[in-house]
Amino acid sequence: MSESAGTSAPHDHPHGHGSEGETRRDFLALAATAFAGIGAAVALWPFIDSMNPAADTLALSSIDVDIAPIAVGQRVTVKWRGKPVFIDHRTKQQIDEARAVNIAELRDPQKDEDRVQKDEWLIMVGVCTHLGCIPLGQKQGDPVGEFGGWFCPCHGSQYDTSGRIRKGPAPLNLPVPSYKFLTDTSVSIG
Amino acid sequence: MSTSSNAPKKNGIVEWIDYRLPIFTFMNHELREYPTPKNLNYWWNFGSLAGIMLVVMILTGIFLAMNYTAHVDYAFNSVEHIMRDVNYGWLIRYIHMNGASMFFLVVYIHIFRGLYYGSYKPPRELLWWLGLVILVLMMATAFLGYVLPWGQMSFWGATVITNLFSAIPLVGDPIVTWLWGGFSVANPTLNRFFSLHYLLPFIIVGVVMLHLVALHTHGSNNPLGVDHKKNPKDSIPFHPYYTVKDMFGLGVFLVIYAGFIFFAPNFFGEPVNYVMANPLQTPAAIVPEWYLLPFYAILRSIPDKLAGVIAMFGAIFILFLLPWLDSSKVRSATFRPIYKQLFWIFLADCLVLGWAGAQHPEGAPLLIGRLAAAYYFVHFLVLLPLVSKYEKPRPLPESISTPVLAKTEKA
Repeated sequence: MSESAGTSAPHDHPHGHGSEGETRRDFLALAATAFAGIGAAVALWPFIDSMNPAADTLALSSIDVDIAPIAVGQRVTVKWRGKPVFIDHRTKQQIDEARAVNIAELRDPQKDEDRVQKDEWLIMVGVCTHLGCIPLGQKQGDPVGEFGGWFCPCHGSQYDTSGRIRKGPAPLNLPVPSYKFLTDTSVSIG
Repeated sequence: MSTSSNAPKKNGIVEWIDYRLPIFTFMNHELREYPTPKNLNYWWNFGSLAGIMLVVMILTGIFLAMNYTAHVDYAFNSVEHIMRDVNYGWLIRYIHMNGASMFFLVVYIHIFRGLYYGSYKPPRELLWWLGLVILVLMMATAFLGYVLPWGQMSFWGATVITNLFSAIPLVGDPIVTWLWGGFSVANPTLNRFFSLHYLLPFIIVGVVMLHLVALHTHGSNNPLGVDHKKNPKDSIPFHPYYTVKDMFGLGVFLVIYAGFIFFAPNFFGEPVNYVMANPLQTPAAIVPEWYLLPFYAILRSIPDKLAGVIAMFGAIFILFLLPWLDSSKVRSATFRPIYKQLFWIFLADCLVLGWAGAQHPEGAPLLIGRLAAAYYFVHFLVLLPLVSKYEKPRPLPESISTPVLAKTEKA
């Protein structure tokens, strides 16, 4: 038996079994390898998908919040999908400040009207768009930055009364989650 | 080193790395040109299958551990969470659960292959020993893993097995308390069992490496038991001949394995383990997983606590002495007319022990179990030494190629 009979490259077969046999062998090797390769790739999917949110996690993905007790000028934090959501019952002055801004000067241009469903209720995910810290400004006495909104203690990003980025390293405005008012005093987030 | 025509094609980057860190030369040497006896039959597939099962168990285990909680209050529910909520969690758990049975099935076939063809004989005694160490580690790992779902059988299996150590004179009870980390199987026990269940497979990987180093030192045994290195015509390169054969065997094996996973995932399990552990109520029957039944039968066949435990562990450790209990120079049972029959009787004896281990220990099953347990030791301690001394083996072929060539010349 020739030692080279074991390899698959045709030129390794000086005393081979004719070119027809080699083509057939090449085809079989290629088909089998492709079949096994696709099979292995498909078998990977259940493992990758098992790391996605599980059914019980997804079941907790929306919350209902009673906003009746929140007074004008008060800011409240609720937990949604493990993250803080800021609910700000804005004053007339804060709304006016947010709307007086020249949109063209903003880093992430967005009108205040596009960020709220009802003028006095600002609802946003309270996670700084720089590196994920929670900006200060929810509690009485917190620093709120130069623009009267929120101030991130990690790297000094400053947000205005519409939650838009005005100064500091964060690239984007605080994101607005999907929500809807169930009644005048109840909102469903998520 | 890699100058044969079987060598892979040269590539600049590969050569650069290989000159500094010869992993490619090594892989080429051990996985491509590695000279393998040309007459290996399908019983030689089970070593690579066992290696593949080890990888499957570690991979699925890592993903299960991402969703499992090792706490008595949460463990059972976290397994149900895996089954119901985690995407494909049911699949990963069923692969792991049935994988344990498949792993043992494959390894037992691998061991009996070694028994039939005398693969434990010189110069492969340490290879055999390392394999037995792997078996013992596998049993420990399987036992620890079976406790984790915290079902009724998990809890009472753990209680019974850990209590085996209470048979040790004087220090027995303190040892059991130490194993538990308390005064019964409880949360500290579950925590350490999870930790060790995650650790041991990687130790098995290490011993498997040594097993392979020992294997590749003298090469595989073969169905004739004749050294394949004496005649250059007796060896063929591992690749493609045995890579292809191993892959084909893997395909057949995976069909059977997948059959269990998808159509009978709880075939090997005990329904009562889907009831959460209750420290105040023992189930009607305590049965270990099938792969431990023969040893369980030996334990129960002796009506003395300490002697039973010694016999059970002795049943495994006697295998370490096998290379010296069987002194015959001839490896393969093919040329040993009497040993060949002993082998089949011994295999049947192990199956009988397995059956007896699953029965209630009373009446006929207990008696049969006792006889089978006695024969187990008689086989190793009496029959094997005598047969290997007085048996007259049939003449061995000079090389693997000789009998084949003789046949063709006659034809």
